[in-house]
Amino acid sequence: MEFLDNIRLDVIWNYRELFIRGVGVTIALTVIGYTIGIILGLIFGIGKMSKRKIFYYPSKLYIDFFRGTPLLVQILLIHLAVIPTIFGKSLGFFVSGILALSLNCGAYTAEIIRAGIQSLDKGQMEAARSLGMPHGMAMKHIILPQALRRMVPPLGNELIALLKDSSLVTVIAANDILFAAKVVQGATFRPWEPYIFAAILYLCLTWVVTKIVAYVEKRYSTSYVPKKKRKLSHR
Amino acid sequence: MEHIINVLPSLLQGLKYTFIITVVGISIGFVIGAFAGLGRISKNKLIFGISTVYVEVIRGTPILVQILFIYFGLSDLLDINLDKITASIIAIAVNAGAYIAEIVRGGVESIDKGQFEAGDSIGLTKSQTMWYIIWPQALRRMIPPLGNQFIISLKDTSLFSAIAVGELLYEGRAYANSTFTYFEPFLMVALFYLAITIPASIILRRIERKLDV
Repeated sequence: MEFLDNIRLDVIWNYRELFIRGVGVTIALTVIGYTIGIILGLIFGIGKMSKRKIFYYPSKLYIDFFRGTPLLVQILLIHLAVIPTIFGKSLGFFVSGILALSLNCGAYTAEIIRAGIQSLDKGQMEAARSLGMPHGMAMKHIILPQALRRMVPPLGNELIALLKDSSLVTVIAANDILFAAKVVQGATFRPWEPYIFAAILYLCLTWVVTKIVAYVEKRYSTSYVPKKKRKLSHR
Repeated sequence: MEHIINVLPSLLQGLKYTFIITVVGISIGFVIGAFAGLGRISKNKLIFGISTVYVEVIRGTPILVQILFIYFGLSDLLDINLDKITASIIAIAVNAGAYIAEIVRGGVESIDKGQFEAGDSIGLTKSQTMWYIIWPQALRRMIPPLGNQFIISLKDTSLFSAIAVGELLYEGRAYANSTFTYFEPFLMVALFYLAITIPASIILRRIERKLDV
């Protein structure tokens, strides 16, 4: 394998700052986009369950649009069309990237939240209402705590998906991990090392997120019993 | 307004490639996924290991990385000039294959253990049990997630505009860049995708109800 002899790790070492900044940007985009996405998802997920048409149809339109079109189209639409039309100039990749990622994540989260709430037995709501709780109170104290546990696994999947989807903001020149790899490839004409390294970085990040999600899932699973602290026996 | 009409011919041209790449890619991906999915439940350590590494690596990296890697890296390694359409079909097939592998594994594992035992006890060999008893039942349960995967892969083809494949998004971008109008072309691209994905999901829901799974 003469190919193996030709691997040049210095290509990556020389551009290490680009990759380090790339990891930072990827994490920042993911975390901020996810946080805003969850808030949007809560609003529109509950909106889609509303019986009032004025809440239902806008939520449905939002969810269908962002789930039905590719994220890349959304990013380009927001970066090249929506933001320049509203503000008259581009606000940079970070604003467009966060906006597109959080809107996209919000649509998927909305469906997760709706499914989580609707998966609960109808009797729970009826029982709460028959105890005299108002609708909002029943939602807050009875439905949401149970539904939240069911939402944890799909919400974790969404975080991992968003982490990988954040690589798409490269097309609007955001300096994330993939952008670093592309720059190195352009500068050195070596496609193997930078892309493999980018893939390894993403794998490491998704691996860490998987571990965190697995811990949270275990912690919030329906059968979880908190570990009791062992009391010292006094004699 | 005129841009909305002017962009239509090139978008229809792009739609053709989007369809070809999705359909051919998903078909190959299904074959890969069926083997890798069965490999994931195999007791043979080597087969299990290979398919696990394949699934984990593909599911753990962004598809854009895979596309750039296949297009630039593979043509560099094999020292050939990989055709763009071929490269994108390979990318979709490899990517969808990993996700379909998990669908296949889930489908087969969801079948009751008694079905395997029943197959064994009436004297069928392992592969006969798989082929005649498990697979037909599992396939029914796999149809809804496979439909989802089709929609996801269809949307993923938009990423091939990064390597200048003339699909839907690329045509829209080309038009936008040549006329310096961005709103109408991109909106039309979005509507084109919606025009496929929304009917597809409605049909999918109807099939689900019919199969009653």
